[in-house]
Amino acid sequence: MSVLEVRNLQTHFFTDAGVVKAVDGVDFTLDEGEVLGLVGESGSGKSVTGFSILRLVDAPGRVVGGQILFRGQDLAQLSEPEMRRMRGNRIAMIFQDPMMTLNPVLRIDTQMIEAVRAHERVSAKAARDRAISALAKVGIPSPAERLEAYPHQFSGGMRQRVAIAISLLNGPDLIVADEPTTALDVTIQSQILAEVQGLAKETGTSMIWITHDLAVVAGLADRVAVMYAGRIVETGATDQVLTQPGHPYSIGLLGSIPGHGHRGQRLAQIPGMAPNMARLPEGCAFAPRCFRAQDQCRQNAPQITEPAPGQHLRCHFPVLEREALS
Amino acid sequence: MTAMLELDAVSRQFIRKLDSIEKLARKLGANLSESCVNAVDGASFSVARGEVVGLVGESGCGKSTLGRMVAGLLPVTGGKIRFEGVDVTDAATPAAKSARLRIQMIFQDPMSSLNPRMRVEDIVGEAAVYHGLTSRREMPDYVAATLEKVGLDPAYAQRFPHQFSGGQRQRIGIARALAVKPEFLICDESIAALDVSIQAQVINLFQDLRRDLDLTYLFISHDLGVIEHIADRVVVMYLGRIVEIGTTEALFDAPRHPYTQALIDQIPRLDGGRQSFRTIKGEIPSPLNPPPGCHFHPRCPFAGPRCQREVPVLRHEGTRAIACHLEDGGTE
Ligand SMILES: Nc1ncnc2c1ncn2[C@@H]1O[C@H](COP(=O)(O)OP(=O)(O)O)[C@@H](O)[C@H]1O
Ligand SMILES: Nc1ncnc2c1ncn2[C@@H]1O[C@H](COP(=O)(O)OP(=O)(O)O)[C@@H](O)[C@H]1O
Ligand code: SF4
Ligand code: SF4
Ligand SMILES: [Mg+2]
Ligand SMILES: [Mg+2]
Repeated sequence: MSVLEVRNLQTHFFTDAGVVKAVDGVDFTLDEGEVLGLVGESGSGKSVTGFSILRLVDAPGRVVGGQILFRGQDLAQLSEPEMRRMRGNRIAMIFQDPMMTLNPVLRIDTQMIEAVRAHERVSAKAARDRAISALAKVGIPSPAERLEAYPHQFSGGMRQRVAIAISLLNGPDLIVADEPTTALDVTIQSQILAEVQGLAKETGTSMIWITHDLAVVAGLADRVAVMYAGRIVETGATDQVLTQPGHPYSIGLLGSIPGHGHRGQRLAQIPGMAPNMARLPEGCAFAPRCFRAQDQCRQNAPQITEPAPGQHLRCHFPVLEREALS
Repeated sequence: MTAMLELDAVSRQFIRKLDSIEKLARKLGANLSESCVNAVDGASFSVARGEVVGLVGESGCGKSTLGRMVAGLLPVTGGKIRFEGVDVTDAATPAAKSARLRIQMIFQDPMSSLNPRMRVEDIVGEAAVYHGLTSRREMPDYVAATLEKVGLDPAYAQRFPHQFSGGQRQRIGIARALAVKPEFLICDESIAALDVSIQAQVINLFQDLRRDLDLTYLFISHDLGVIEHIADRVVVMYLGRIVEIGTTEALFDAPRHPYTQALIDQIPRLDGGRQSFRTIKGEIPSPLNPPPGCHFHPRCPFAGPRCQREVPVLRHEGTRAIACHLEDGGTE
């Protein structure tokens, strides 16, 4: 059974400039132990998708439709106290800024013990031991000593490790990670990715790993979902999406990445820029930038198709394997 | 090939005052005091006319400080900078003033470097008028031509910066730099804040401009993919010091300094499927209190006793230069 099934999720922001359909009909499933990479450029709706799952969307935003089935139970229907019992317990979130998780004026041990005891009746000693083992798991040296420190006494990378350790405390079934390594240096990023890779394998926790960096998901995710303008436009096995993308946007995005063997050549750029989310065009939102757009694209929004098993595309004229662009 | 830009043992120290968090930490008992940072420590390299030299390293290694010294925006505390063979180290000299116009810098965050109350036309044209490259009367046409060069519609000239997207604002910043007809551009993380698809557009723009205007670049980035794509030669820094220099090809295909090896090893790759992330141990040490000898030794898998005692010198070998005891008699 899938751990999470998101069906037709719609989260809108009701702003002075109009209704921003930040998430507009998102569907995906996440299997036991699976890591799903959710990628896309800024403003495409990745974070709002993550926040919606944890019911952390604030006004002027609201989940206006769809289902978020966590082990078959619709999170959208839970009362706030029920949801609070889920959060930090069965479902945890890691943010780009670890200070979203950490309290600057409390020692790490206070915060971690509290996080355990909020969901389980265990002794302070047992909670403390669990905190130490969580810190050790994410590669924090001398965890027992470090427990007594305040967040500001850690470097940015270490702070993010502490936030990850807190997310692991209660052995959640699902972790939603929103760009947790984006602000870190390369050597620190790869240390953390290595820890997470090991942890995912070891604990079998399902994860949604949100990032704008396709190379990060290449190493981490089993499947990838590509978002554009509030919708998932392509989903598939990681290798499939990265080597034989079918959606024109995925193709453009991959072609835009510098390095990786086309030194000095022109990058295959996508023309134009991301649309204003309060004024999306009719039809396919990518049409103004798409090299394959035709009249039909400008008139009707494409529906999801499955041209090959496991490959989901939202495009009238996808680039399929037979005619893959060279 | 004669060098267009030459750096000779350029250094910059900062006396670092405590920030508010550190002051608080001191009250809570942390042992902190004001101290001296060697932000750039004896950097020597050159850039030939027409070349793109990439400057890469993790945050705090001194890239921006180095760029600002070359641009004449920050005085050096040691060493010499020569531009076209002329000493421009002292900002007050006429040679340095002329170099300051021919060398332009493009920053990461276009918004913070663009005056929000000025129209694009004035942002781009102001310096060109001041330096007599165009007249006040001809300025609108001059600006229109410059905007076209960077792919912006000249009809935008009367707008204000906030009316543009991030990518467009970066183009305005580039147009402003180009308006004074520079020969040398320093790009400091100029594309770091942009989305991948917009980043690609701006990288392509930099390459077109290089070809069309015979520009020379010092391209600063923490992103190895970007550096690999755009640079002819690469300079790698770690904690204020240059550790390796080489042609892009040689450096990426066969990095020789252990830090460069680690960096390149750790670029997440799109190809090669589900790789395991490889790592080097440890954190980037505080620049306030860098390890003695080779700054990299606490993290280096090859470190020996000599590495803790002795600072490795940057040894040149043709187009390659490496600062590591392994390349110079061993680590014992
Ligand atoms: N508080 C808010 N008010 C109005 N619009 C918002 C708010 N938060 C997010 N949005 C809009 O929702 C869209 C998706 O945002 P987000 O999920 O943060 O994107 P991503 O994480 O992919 O960069 C954006 O267009 C953004 O402007
Ligand atoms: N104005 C300044 N005052 C004090 N320290 C500075 C100043 N500018 C930079 N530094 C210090 O110098 C070092 C190098 O910084 P910087 O050149 O910005 O590195 P990079 O651009 O590679 O991230 C850092 O330790 C930084 O804290
Ligand atoms: S539906 Fe049409 S415009 Fe949209 S991505 Fe597909 S081909 Fe392009
Ligand atoms: S000098 Fe020693 S510590 Fe430094 S990089 Fe070389 S081997 Fe490693
Ligand atoms: Mg986000
Ligand atoms: Mg910098």
